[in-house]
Amino acid sequence: MSQKKQIDTFCQWHIPLILLIQNQKGFFITLFILIFSFSSFGQNNSKDSIQNQLLDEVQINTSKNTKDQSNKPLSGIDGYLESNQSINMIRRGSYAWEPFLNGMSSERSVITIDGMRIYGACTDKMDPVTSYVEITNLSKASIHNGQSGSFGGSSIAGSLDLVRRKGSFGEKKLGGSAFSGIETNNLHKIIGTGISYSHPKFFSDIDFTFRNAGNYKAGHNQEIQNSQFTKYNTSAIVGYKINEHSQIEASIIYDLATDIGYPALPMDVSLARALIGSLEYIRHHVSPMIGLWKTKIYYNDVKHVMDDSKRSDVPIRMDMPGWSKTSGFYSFVQGKYQRHFWKTTLSGHQNTSLANMTMYPSNTSNPPMFMLTWPDIKTNYVDLSLEDFFSVSNRLKLMLNTGIAFHNNKIDSELGLNSLKIFYPNLSNSKNRILKRFSGIVIYEINKFDFTLGAEYGERAPSVSEGYGFYLFNSFDKYDYIGNPEMKSESSGNLNGKINFKNSRFSAKVSASFFYIKDYIIGLPDTGIAPMTIVADGIRVYKQLSSAQLLNTALEMSYQIHKRWIWSAGLSYRKGKGAQIGNLPLIQPLTYSSEIRYTSKSFNIEAKITGADGNTAYNPYFGETFVKPYTLFDLAVSKNFQLKRQSLNIKAGVENIFDTYYTTFSDWNRIPRPGRNFYINLIWTW
Amino acid sequence: MKSIKSMMLNSMIIFMSASILLSSCKKETIEEKPLPEPKNEVEGLILNTTFNNDKHTINLYTSNGKLQTGYNNIYFQIKSKDGNLQQNATVKILPMMHMTGMSHSCPISSISKKQGTSATYMAGIVFQMASNDMEYWELTFNYTIDGVEYNMSGKVVVEQTSKKTYSSFMGSDSVKYVVAMTEPVNPKIGINDMKAVLYKMKDMNTFEPVGGYTIKIDPRMPDMGNHTSPNNTALIGDCCSGEYAGKVNFTMSGYWKINLIIEDADNNVIKGEKIEGTVKSSSIFFELVFN
Repeated sequence: MSQKKQIDTFCQWHIPLILLIQNQKGFFITLFILIFSFSSFGQNNSKDSIQNQLLDEVQINTSKNTKDQSNKPLSGIDGYLESNQSINMIRRGSYAWEPFLNGMSSERSVITIDGMRIYGACTDKMDPVTSYVEITNLSKASIHNGQSGSFGGSSIAGSLDLVRRKGSFGEKKLGGSAFSGIETNNLHKIIGTGISYSHPKFFSDIDFTFRNAGNYKAGHNQEIQNSQFTKYNTSAIVGYKINEHSQIEASIIYDLATDIGYPALPMDVSLARALIGSLEYIRHHVSPMIGLWKTKIYYNDVKHVMDDSKRSDVPIRMDMPGWSKTSGFYSFVQGKYQRHFWKTTLSGHQNTSLANMTMYPSNTSNPPMFMLTWPDIKTNYVDLSLEDFFSVSNRLKLMLNTGIAFHNNKIDSELGLNSLKIFYPNLSNSKNRILKRFSGIVIYEINKFDFTLGAEYGERAPSVSEGYGFYLFNSFDKYDYIGNPEMKSESSGNLNGKINFKNSRFSAKVSASFFYIKDYIIGLPDTGIAPMTIVADGIRVYKQLSSAQLLNTALEMSYQIHKRWIWSAGLSYRKGKGAQIGNLPLIQPLTYSSEIRYTSKSFNIEAKITGADGNTAYNPYFGETFVKPYTLFDLAVSKNFQLKRQSLNIKAGVENIFDTYYTTFSDWNRIPRPGRNFYINLIWTW
Repeated sequence: MKSIKSMMLNSMIIFMSASILLSSCKKETIEEKPLPEPKNEVEGLILNTTFNNDKHTINLYTSNGKLQTGYNNIYFQIKSKDGNLQQNATVKILPMMHMTGMSHSCPISSISKKQGTSATYMAGIVFQMASNDMEYWELTFNYTIDGVEYNMSGKVVVEQTSKKTYSSFMGSDSVKYVVAMTEPVNPKIGINDMKAVLYKMKDMNTFEPVGGYTIKIDPRMPDMGNHTSPNNTALIGDCCSGEYAGKVNFTMSGYWKINLIIEDADNNVIKGEKIEGTVKSSSIFFELVFN
């Protein structure tokens, strides 16, 4: 699937959905105006004509049906991403869910923040990149399924870029916002503020968000211990206009989460901290052929500390800190030549991932035991990609994309190399790979239909854990995992298709994608090796299946019943099979949603049903169990008060009205999801 | 322009003369290099005990200045009373434990010159017990220099190590054995060379090296649910020296217990049990700790 989904994050809830569907240009303008009016940080329409033109061009050929992604404007980013049909979120607690794109684990996609590569610092995937931003500083999430548009780098499943809000140059103006929210289920308190300043030659945006939540309660008032979290996030972007066509921007994110409980795991997190900084030079109208040239350098530093000091029943006390540092750059050029819109990106980054484990024996006369779990792995990566969007005619469009990357892994410490040599005695400390990708997409529009057909090929290198992990415990299948540095690159061929239909009242989209993955990387048992973790059942070593297949299907519909009433619905299903192992783990069963919404000028009410069929395609080999079908009911109202230049938005609602006790295919160790939850969000802007 | 040219010329002359000067300096330093000092053959070793008779003095060294239970590398020099180191001695050492009710010896290797030395002798010795106030170890040196036999003896102090690095046991063949770990001395995370010596006791005063056996190892961490590392290599030895070598792998630092199974040349188990089920430890094992 090679559509790009632009998801408004912040203020969508008071946009009549039909507007978005009916008119693409209208969609963007509305979006911009809304962001602008709402928080005063919004994108300025007059910013850059070519960019907008291109955005429109891309948009025409992508999703025409943006369903309402976020019930709660101040919801966490996880819930927001989860509402997209391409994404599943693997949930280990209330915080930092792991995004699965097209039914595939996060190793198979590239997740970036404003195009920056960031590697989580947790060996147990407790800090995906998405956990280091706040929904309040995002403007959209750009999802590219498969290879097309994958400027972030080589992947199998696709890419997810979290684009932050930023201001623009303009009249001298100081604006701001303050927001607050509370949720009753886990006493989740949200408070934050943002200030923006614009000037003809300067802009700045600074925002701060604080969240604190206690343990949540599953259906029937069952409290889930160790599910609390606290998060602080600060984000700032400043821009300076050098001259009419060039500008420079600096940006920083500081995200700090403490005391995070992971009820599905045997350990919690005492600290997850990221510092993400960048400097970007942007030039417009470079030449008649080149409309935009952007070059960014960036650096990020992530620290993640797992600890079990709050758990009473551990077989052994341990600390598991991890560090990840990435520096990188990209240089992006886009332009237009006759009927071609083209883009090219050269990017590169270097990451160092290090994690260790110290275990404290109950026999205190013996010293603590120390082990490297990520043995100081450097990843060096350089990537060149090209894309051409060719309007063959008004009806026929062609999008071609290709990229090539050089990937190198290096074990940077003798201790790390010595550790891994226990398993691989002849291991060399460095491994190089060339990763290729290409895709071709045909888009044909006729009357009220448009058809998209794509064929794609991509490759990826094993992740740090898959290549070099050392006794990483998976608490779902209860195995210790050992990395395998001698694996080949995983490769995928992907066929996808999509049909859009729309008339004045009704729109529908049917989409399907099929991935055939060769040398699929997955952990398989090795009975000859004993586990390390006391409660582990055995060892799995990352190996490669000859092949795996994944099918993703989705249907989205919306119908305008009346001027103020709109109904929308979605249905999606995935299926995954691997040679030798049968069903792939963590694959979404049939999932549905149906929503009815009333919208007036300043008032909005919506009722929603979501649910899933039983998960019959589970695989006990990976610790999975059957998941019962469930259906949930949500209700929400919102009201907008306008006072001159100030506005106050209030949104209140109830989720899981009937307090259903349920769990889903994506809940690690089948921890139950929250029961009934009342919430209220207040946003005041001036 | 002219001035620039002349400046360039000048600087070239300066540069060239400087390099000539430098190279001539270099030559002189080579010539002035002092002769190497006579080598101190016990450098890095620490004196443990001095033995005396009326003709000679013997200084006994170890790497840390101590003698401990288990395997010890010992080094010694024989000095005449006028201070000359003896290079051509043939030496035998008889260690003897004097207990209150009995006395016995312990395994000791043949004596050789320390590598790269002319007058420093070395041997490997396995003490099965520590000395105390009532019970003591005595070393007797029987040596021959230029056809003349001498002997010398004295007490040594043997300390108890906190971790077990040797084992003496009765084998299934009703023979008494002593096995001791000689390496790794400085264990590390990863693959370590492991060495051990195996002796059998012929009588209370005679130990003989045993060759051709196999010492199987199973390193475990009792503090970590008896975790074991993979891909260890059993220790094998040649026909006669009693020295065995293999590989032991440590996945992490801390306390390790290396469980042993000793098999003879026909694969009969002489001693030791496989770790499985309720068996958490073999009856013979070595211990070590590292950070």
